Amino acid sequence: MRENPVFKIVSKILFGPIIIYGLYVQFHGDYGPGGGFQAGVIVAAAFIFYSIIFGLERVRKLMPVIFVNYIMALGVLVFAGTGIVSIIFGANYLDYSPFAYKIYKAQHLGIIVVELGVGLTVFAVMLGLFYAFSGFKPKK
Amino acid sequence: MVEFWVNVFLISLLVVITFYIIRLKSLIAIVALSGAYSLTAAAIFVNMDAVDVAFTEAAVGSGISTILFLAALRYLPLEEAHHTRFSGWSLTLCIIVGLMLINAAFSLPDFGDPGAPAHLHVAPRYIEESYPLFHIPNVVTNVLASYRGFDTLGEVVVVFTAGIGVIILLTGSTLSMRFRKSENLPVQNKEASKKET
Repeated sequence: MRENPVFKIVSKILFGPIIIYGLYVQFHGDYGPGGGFQAGVIVAAAFIFYSIIFGLERVRKLMPVIFVNYIMALGVLVFAGTGIVSIIFGANYLDYSPFAYKIYKAQHLGIIVVELGVGLTVFAVMLGLFYAFSGFKPKK
Repeated sequence: MVEFWVNVFLISLLVVITFYIIRLKSLIAIVALSGAYSLTAAAIFVNMDAVDVAFTEAAVGSGISTILFLAALRYLPLEEAHHTRFSGWSLTLCIIVGLMLINAAFSLPDFGDPGAPAHLHVAPRYIEESYPLFHIPNVVTNVLASYRGFDTLGEVVVVFTAGIGVIILLTGSTLSMRFRKSENLPVQNKEASKKET
């Protein structure tokens, strides 16, 4: 299947648009359906799609395993860190109101940052799981 | 009325898919059918106007998990193990639990019933208050990220922990790979991918 030129060209054409669609879902989660969770899965799906056609090794060069592991933790850090920042500003944990002058702008900002954290973690976990499953070598 | 019959059609499709999942022996066919099951479930959610849930179900249920199952299938035989042992106790237990669930389903409120307990507690407040306060049209995102931000943090931590757990179980190492390299020990990931190419 990997030798078929149709798959190769289609995967090359679709790789970018899938990621852009993922980013759209990520940052328009407050206006339409979607959010960090779905966006993370969509972006991870783009990488998995690419690796199915071109092999695992090329995707590992693009997105190394160690990098994926760091992103996994970074997402949780962004989410939990937002809460810490609100405490520093003197509000409750994960209360976004002090981030901006008007309450709705503050909520927008908080929601976008928090969703980014969700998206990063979900993307990295999905890709990491795929790496682990397809690179797994059973002991005989 | 149309929505009702569409739902009846989709739910009977679910029953048919489940029947075939039980009957078939080929594992690849079963994985493909479970993806179809999730997609049908997503269609049901769209029909019930739960677009966010449908989106998640379609992306995770029929997309990623099917791929992960297929990746795991490489290490499994193609056919399901043959088992003929028939257990009367299991059948009785299944029938009893099934009857109890069907009985409980009759006392659920109707779909879209405004007097249902789920619609009386905090939901009216979210719907009335969130747009004037936050100027964000999607109430689901509001509830997830703002009203219940702490719950969502918990969910992200669960995803993170589950991912880390599975990766450590399967590869034997994640962050310690660098140290393994320096000790010239074999790194499992590298070997497996070399073999593949």
